[in-house]
Amino acid sequence: MMDPAVVINVARLGKTFGPVTAVEDLSFTVRAGEIFGLLGPNGAGKSTTLRMLITVLPPSAGTATVLGHDVVREADTVRSLIGYVPQERAVDRFLTGREHLELLGGLYHLSRTETNARIDELLKLVNLEEHADRVAKTYSGGMKRKLDIACGLLPNPRIVFLDEPTLGLDVQSRLKIWDYIRQLRENGITIVMTTNYLEEADQLCDRLAIIDGGTIRVIGSPLELKTGLGGDRLSVTIKEHETDTLPRLREGVMALPLVRDVRLKSGGLDILVESPEKSLPAVIEVAQRLDCSLDGIEYHRPRLDDVFVAHTGHGLRGGTPDTTEEE
Amino acid sequence: MTFQHYRQEVLALTMRWVRRLSREKFSMLFTLVQPMLFWLIFFGSLFQHAANIQVLQAPNYMSFLAGGVVVMTVLNNGLAGGVDLLFDKENGFLERMMSTPIHRSSVILSRYLFVMAITGMQILVILSIAFIFGVRLETGLPGIAVILVIGMLFGVGLTAISMALAFSVKSHGDFFSMLGFLSLPMIFLSSALVPLSAMPGWMQVVALVNPMTWVIDAVRPLIITGWDAAIPRVGMAFVILAIFDAVCLYGGAKAFRRAIG
Ligand SMILES: Nc1ncnc2c1ncn2[C@@H]1O[C@H](COP(=O)(O)OP(=O)(O)O)[C@@H](O)[C@H]1O
Ligand SMILES: [Mg+2]
Repeated sequence: MMDPAVVINVARLGKTFGPVTAVEDLSFTVRAGEIFGLLGPNGAGKSTTLRMLITVLPPSAGTATVLGHDVVREADTVRSLIGYVPQERAVDRFLTGREHLELLGGLYHLSRTETNARIDELLKLVNLEEHADRVAKTYSGGMKRKLDIACGLLPNPRIVFLDEPTLGLDVQSRLKIWDYIRQLRENGITIVMTTNYLEEADQLCDRLAIIDGGTIRVIGSPLELKTGLGGDRLSVTIKEHETDTLPRLREGVMALPLVRDVRLKSGGLDILVESPEKSLPAVIEVAQRLDCSLDGIEYHRPRLDDVFVAHTGHGLRGGTPDTTEEE
Repeated sequence: MTFQHYRQEVLALTMRWVRRLSREKFSMLFTLVQPMLFWLIFFGSLFQHAANIQVLQAPNYMSFLAGGVVVMTVLNNGLAGGVDLLFDKENGFLERMMSTPIHRSSVILSRYLFVMAITGMQILVILSIAFIFGVRLETGLPGIAVILVIGMLFGVGLTAISMALAFSVKSHGDFFSMLGFLSLPMIFLSSALVPLSAMPGWMQVVALVNPMTWVIDAVRPLIITGWDAAIPRVGMAFVILAIFDAVCLYGGAKAFRRAIG
């Protein structure tokens, strides 16, 4: 194997369903202990990608290895090392929560005592202890999701795959699930998840791949992606009759340690900064020292929305790319 | 993969069906005291007078019908056996099972074992009720054992058809219409309700390529005639079933592989 920090290696992976190309030419790596996200709108190919990695869907092109094992040739080994939480609430309405976990214990070939110990641990983790012996049809959506997650964790996997773990949940359940996911990372488990929520990708993922129309558009940490668009920006405007002070102000601001670049614009400056909290007072101080009266100062931080639009040409909720123009 | 693992998987998956059944109290009741039984009693008495004993070659219509009802029970259960896997496929439960390191066949085997255990019990209930109504099994308890074995063998192919269907169709609406399309002709174009000799020529031809007929013609003499007449028929049924099962398993495995990979 190569770099031990790389736990998943995907190379030129593709999947077609008859005439439909679901995903094409995907390449990325996932590092040990990180939360890796696939962010994209419905139909982007997130689930298809995940299904190939968990060995339930054979790729049409390319290769993927999980912990050094090929997902096609060594599917059984891969299966025994990973956990999976599908997008659908894959629960059996007539089984209790505990029975779900017992069933999976059998499928992962755990001993009875091992299974029971895991079940106690997991029920505690997802706060389902009191409901463990009720049939799943009496569960709320959030409870079913928690059970789903417990099922995915039962084999004590080194990597967990979660497909849209918070889709359709209320805010409280969503935050709770974010908590579990962070807790897993603290325990050294690598997490691969998909989402179509920008906020979730931004707050939860260490690194993410933006996927749209079956291809990866860009990969990086949320911060890298945002700074890739220019980072935090302070936009200052000068009182109209004092614009002659602009070059002076520019020199002064440029000298500040946290400032990366300064651009002149009509009636003011665009200042690219490292840390807006620290640079804002410094910029004001420079302006005062140089006797420039500021008219206004605006702070703009690129959001993941901007990143998404910049790389896909459309918003996440907007759906398809801009193809409505007539020829 | 070791045998130990395989046994553990199949056991865990079979337990799931048993637990589900025990949750659905009504369904459990209807599973054991099932509608087939009603038709056996109702039809058996009703057509007692209409049926010609000479044609049937049986002491009465109910004892003639009993064999057909036993085999129809196997048919219905077998063909419907895949539907729960269809629901599993639709709601993602199947995918969850497929992401675990199990041998692919244990999902199918567990379903077969469960369906056939239920079917075996139903056959015993049917034969007991028939007994109460005066149907005496000519071959006694060993005859019952042979009937069960034939039923289980027929069930292999039927369950395979059902699973192939479940893995190939787009929705469960399609599944049920295909089921009706298959099961009604299999019943009516067989010797379940009428003996071959009473059928018009074209129907006899169709009935002879229907495995139902061969199975029924082995079960029926075990009930109404005795070993001498039954043994060659049972032997013939084994041959037919070996072919039928092989074809169905081959098709089922192909459909399964296409759907699951
Ligand atoms: N089994 C399948 N058969 C045909 N097309 C499929 C199948 N699964 C997915 N697709 C198609 O592949 C594309 C990607 O789907 P999917 O991976 O489910 O997207 P996402 O999870 O990002 O919403 C979609 O256009 C979808 O219609
Ligand atoms: Mg999806």
